[in-house]
Amino acid sequence: MLEGLAARLQGVFSRLKGKGILSERDVDEALREVRMALLEADVNFKIVKDFVARVKERAVGHDVLQSLTPAQQVIKIVHEELVQLMGSTQSRLAVASRPPTVIMLVGLQGSGKTTTTAKLAYHLRKQGRKPLLVAADVYRPAAIEQLRVLGRQLDIPVSAPEAGQTGRSEEALMAGRLSGQVADAVAVVRHGIEAANRFACDTVLIDTAGRLHVDQELMDELVRIVREVTPHEVLLVVDAMTGQDAVTVAQQFKEAVGIDGIILTKMDGDARGGAALSVREVTGRPIKFIGVGEKPDALEPFHPDRIASRILGMGDVLSLIEKAQTAFDQEKAQQIEKKIKQQQFTLEDFLFQLRQMRKMGPLEDILGMLPGFGQMKQLKGMSVNEKDLVRAEAIINSMTPAERSDPGLLDSSRRQRIARGSGTTVQDVNRLVRDFQQVQQVLKTLNIAKKRGKKGGKARKGFFPF
Amino acid sequence: MIGGFFSRLKDALTKTRDGIVHKVQSVIRRHEAIDEDLYEEIEAILLQADVGIEATTHLLGRLRERVREVRVTDPEEVPGILKEEMGEILSAGSENPPGLPAGPHGLELGGLQPAVIMVVGVNGTGKTTTVGKLAARFKGRGLKVVLAAADTFRAAASEQLSVWGKQTGVDVVRHGEGADPSAVAYDAIKAAQARSADVVLIDTAGRLHTKTNLMEELRKIHRVVAREIPGAPHEVLLVLDATTGQNAMQQAAQFSKAVGVTGIALTKLDGTAKGGIVIAIKHTLGIPVKLIGIGEGIDDLQAFEPQEFLDAIFNNQSNNGS
Repeated sequence: MLEGLAARLQGVFSRLKGKGILSERDVDEALREVRMALLEADVNFKIVKDFVARVKERAVGHDVLQSLTPAQQVIKIVHEELVQLMGSTQSRLAVASRPPTVIMLVGLQGSGKTTTTAKLAYHLRKQGRKPLLVAADVYRPAAIEQLRVLGRQLDIPVSAPEAGQTGRSEEALMAGRLSGQVADAVAVVRHGIEAANRFACDTVLIDTAGRLHVDQELMDELVRIVREVTPHEVLLVVDAMTGQDAVTVAQQFKEAVGIDGIILTKMDGDARGGAALSVREVTGRPIKFIGVGEKPDALEPFHPDRIASRILGMGDVLSLIEKAQTAFDQEKAQQIEKKIKQQQFTLEDFLFQLRQMRKMGPLEDILGMLPGFGQMKQLKGMSVNEKDLVRAEAIINSMTPAERSDPGLLDSSRRQRIARGSGTTVQDVNRLVRDFQQVQQVLKTLNIAKKRGKKGGKARKGFFPF
Repeated sequence: MIGGFFSRLKDALTKTRDGIVHKVQSVIRRHEAIDEDLYEEIEAILLQADVGIEATTHLLGRLRERVREVRVTDPEEVPGILKEEMGEILSAGSENPPGLPAGPHGLELGGLQPAVIMVVGVNGTGKTTTVGKLAARFKGRGLKVVLAAADTFRAAASEQLSVWGKQTGVDVVRHGEGADPSAVAYDAIKAAQARSADVVLIDTAGRLHTKTNLMEELRKIHRVVAREIPGAPHEVLLVLDATTGQNAMQQAAQFSKAVGVTGIALTKLDGTAKGGIVIAIKHTLGIPVKLIGIGEGIDDLQAFEPQEFLDAIFNNQSNNGS
């Protein structure tokens, strides 16, 4: 559906090839693609506009003109600017000189506050802190129960409205909500801090009710909580899938309660996460963590360069320009490229690639990141299941070196051995071998096509030297 | 009646005084002719409403075409054309299938044997709340409802549904945490048949559309339902948060691929988000919006009427919502 920016830019630049000089018009053309990519990633329209203007200013400079590979240069500038906009990695949280440190999470309904509160507590405990959770979401049916269950699972204390008297049920709360008599969130928070002092917890994490930023009453409630406890850290929880409205939301929360940092949730989906750029730009506050799953440990520090690549949807190109230099064994990568070219690509090489991929973090755009695979349109949009990769690795690990370089050796008894060794089935082994042979086939045809193209003078010189 | 709903919808949609039309009109006031600059500004407005590049390009293309064909010169006519084109996208192919009685909210209820409605979506869009509100609505129409708490994953999700069940006086079928959601759906259908209930509403766990195993689980629920009652589920509603951006396209495509989404419930339209993504989804995938949520109250879940939706977006200055 979405064609990667990289592929589109390559299209643009392949037309430019041979011109030698990059004119303003050429840059404009390239930046139009950048603009589309950013908009498709949900970066706010106005921010996109400013951003593109800034990149243009830099790109139409002489360092691009004198560069031998203008395409790489422009992408690099775009990426650098994006990373810069996104700030640095900054996942430290404030620590109060006099405990407890109070951290408050705010955000829209459904952005993932409750789950994130628990994850953050888990993260802090791993760092040696002693957290306590406060369930100040007094409106949502079962929100308090949810936090309580999470607290129980993680063995982290939870302070909830009338927590001791569990007789106060969800129904009572719901009824209270309907009759306008809800537990007062401010009082709940006050109790929570008292409890923290009592249990000698040094960190209090407050899960507030989700609210629309236009709901004045609830925004006022937040203000009252802030006034009551003066949190050391107010974190805005934002769904990575948020669209253009992210700007308004961030703005309103910032104005009402002040924001110290941002947590971007649901990054384990395929949202490009352009909202990150929007909220960052509007609030001027760092994105501290990203949520990457439903499990308690699925919270990671934020890496600006990763998300920049993701927003641009150009993991493949950047893997060569930026990441490959660090994460990849450059020499080995070149060897593989050579092998691909000479049609000697083996399962051993494939295994190496799988392992390298792990080092690079998120599994998105994974195929695009494989050296030599990045440009193959045929492979774009293929969905990758992480479990399949683990299985593939296990299967290849169970093969002898000879088998890895020549899958032709794999008769049925060998396949059975491999299946047993890797804890998979013969069908799995068969499938892997078949898939691998298909990949080899594709590579072969591509190589042929490329050679032909070269002869015809229409070779699409990309970022890989083959 | 409609007037009441209409004005509420309008209120909800124009809360920030910068609805699409307001912006379009202020842009138009600054233009004396229909020129490139005007098109560009309209493009900006649509993109900022999350309409997305593809649908925006389509809308602008149609606008240009019609301006050229009919030789429109007055910018004042632009909003009308835009509205018609958006209406075209939203209402295309939305005629009710003949012969079958549509239930409350225009939902497809088959022959009520019982009718099964499955509610799906990513995390945090408001599935359980939507199920609760639907239950209340169906009950109000004298239909007997059974709720299936098939979200066995999220801590306290079944409790949340049970609260709704108690509130609305509707039976809830639930298992323990971590139970097989298909089994919950199965039991709910059996219970509904035994009690001759009219409607089974299945609340499923939120899941990202990229999680292969969880989508597989959803397929299984769908299979079980289809096996027990031919023709079921009669509706598969994808609950979509109006603040969602372009990723909603992926959501709609993937959920459709897995369980054949029949309609969208667009929630949280009472914020400042315009929910323009539904235009993109309808344009590209052909999935209609069936319900919209414009507030937290039970009555704030409403049938989606393309014309009213557009009227609300486009008529924010006149108050003749009668």
